[in-house]
Amino acid sequence: MTTEHQLLVERLALGYGDRTVIDGLDLLVPPGEVTAIVGANACGKSTLLRSMSRLLTPRSGRVVLDGKDVHRLPAKQLARTLGLLPQSPIAPEGITVADLVGRGRHPHQGLLSRWSTEDDVAVAAALDATETSELADRHVDELSGGQRQRVWIAMALAQQTDLLLLDEPTTFLDVSHQVEVLDLLTDLNRSRGTTIVMVLHDLNLAARYADHLVALAGGRLHAAGTPHEVLTESTVRAVFGLQNQVITDPTSGKPLMLPIGRHHVTV
Amino acid sequence: MTERQPVAAPGLGGRTPSTLDRVVGGRRGRRRRRVAVMTTLAALIVAVFLISLMVGNTFYPPSDVVRVVLGQDVPGASFTVGRLRLPRAVLAVIAGASFGLAGVTFQTMLRNPLASPDIIGISAGSSAAAAFAIVTLSLGATEVSVFAIVVGLAVAVLVYVLAYRGGVAGTRLILIGIGVAAMLDSVTTYILSRAAQWDLQEATRWLTGSLNGTSWSQVGPVVVALLVLGPVLLAQSRNLAATRLGDDTAAALGVRVDRTRLIVIVAAVGLIAFATAASGPIAFVAFLSGPIASRIVGRGGSMLMPAALVGALLVLVADLTGQYLLGARYPVGVVTGVLGAPFLIWLIIRTNRAGGSL
Repeated sequence: MTTEHQLLVERLALGYGDRTVIDGLDLLVPPGEVTAIVGANACGKSTLLRSMSRLLTPRSGRVVLDGKDVHRLPAKQLARTLGLLPQSPIAPEGITVADLVGRGRHPHQGLLSRWSTEDDVAVAAALDATETSELADRHVDELSGGQRQRVWIAMALAQQTDLLLLDEPTTFLDVSHQVEVLDLLTDLNRSRGTTIVMVLHDLNLAARYADHLVALAGGRLHAAGTPHEVLTESTVRAVFGLQNQVITDPTSGKPLMLPIGRHHVTV
Repeated sequence: MTERQPVAAPGLGGRTPSTLDRVVGGRRGRRRRRVAVMTTLAALIVAVFLISLMVGNTFYPPSDVVRVVLGQDVPGASFTVGRLRLPRAVLAVIAGASFGLAGVTFQTMLRNPLASPDIIGISAGSSAAAAFAIVTLSLGATEVSVFAIVVGLAVAVLVYVLAYRGGVAGTRLILIGIGVAAMLDSVTTYILSRAAQWDLQEATRWLTGSLNGTSWSQVGPVVVALLVLGPVLLAQSRNLAATRLGDDTAAALGVRVDRTRLIVIVAAVGLIAFATAASGPIAFVAFLSGPIASRIVGRGGSMLMPAALVGALLVLVADLTGQYLLGARYPVGVVTGVLGAPFLIWLIIRTNRAGGSL
């Protein structure tokens, strides 16, 4: 089990240029749990995630990790505790899987320190955890979308952070690979106690896999809590402006949202 | 639904030894290839360097050449080799390494092989500045270098600012850089055409790069620049490698992206400017070295050292070829230009199709 880290957001305001994206947000990330952030397009989910890993400086308010403002922590020190997998990372042409995963070791290496056995062990463990060890010597360009996403997650694992933020880790994947990635993240959470925060598009997968669900609307927190508390018909109507019905998912007992459009509705 | 096996904690039981073996084996294999290629390049540089000291109007045997290099007095050879050929060969190595290092730095940082300083106007800026300082103002070597750096940096800033529109897209920066380079080349031509003593030697130096008439006084500043700025760049190589994953990913790995970029730009422009002030903008060496290096070394690791070695070898071989193998004596930049132009065309065609990187 890893040490528990307290990550919270206090009265955070974020924006680009004249545009305010997040306006006065308070949020507590439950340690050791899987948190999913959901919301309509352009509601500031990714912006929030970027700011939580200090890629974006807040206009006001702060992001606090273990009592300290993340924007004041040394870059490498933060990167040893908190990892982020952005939505569209770039794989350098011709890089092998093992080398790419090895880039995750960056915050553990000093200016002049050489590659150590510890680094090799971390890379091997990350490959095993993501079941990509067979791909170790392949070039990343040759992989399928699902394999590539697993390799990026392996890179984030090699970073060995207790907190892992992921921006839409399932986009561009077909449904079986989406489930595979979410299973993998759940494995990590259960076996290592890694705190996971992810932005997800699919409400039902979010409700299935998250312990804690956060719904954003209009740059503010609309609801936060267990999937049962958050995924309700009224919340979906308020956050997405969508008529819907929420039933109990027969496979998981979690809430399952069924959208109601103008067509094909019989009840 | 079947339960998947939970993953093991790092470094503990569940990891199969074969994965670690595979990781270590693969890394050692790539490293071996890298060391072998770099050793071969270094050996070739030494060999071509010695050959370029031996051949010329008078042939001197290796024994004479080695004695001159070691500082002994050899009648005839001490002047021809020590004063004429040695500074020229040293400048070929140092300028080539500087161009190669600076070129691959820009290509890596901007994630585009076309974004090399000799394509996007930085070399052209330093060259125009050096031509102005030497031909028009008659300044000394150090002042010329300083002037070339200031203008090189100004051009880098100018191209960046012109290309900035809520972020810098590689293609826009490259196209603007090509335009700026064309304007600066015309400035150089103008300076040369207004010069009091019109001198073809000077003209080729500032337009395509030449090592003709190199003296020790020109070589000194370039050597110092490479000894100071080279290690600065090498120290940034890991950060630079991380920025290839995208700015957000690099920052999430603990790289201070803006700081890295600033250090790297200043150091690379410095290398370009010092080398250009001595040899002129030897055509396409900055542009060619990185892609050649990445093809022979393998593309995973840092390309800085390999590109420096390729650059040095390229200039040495091109200068030797230009002087002795083509019938007439051509300046080195003409030879590298002949090599570089087809590669540029090929790269543009390929980038159009695939959007490639280094």
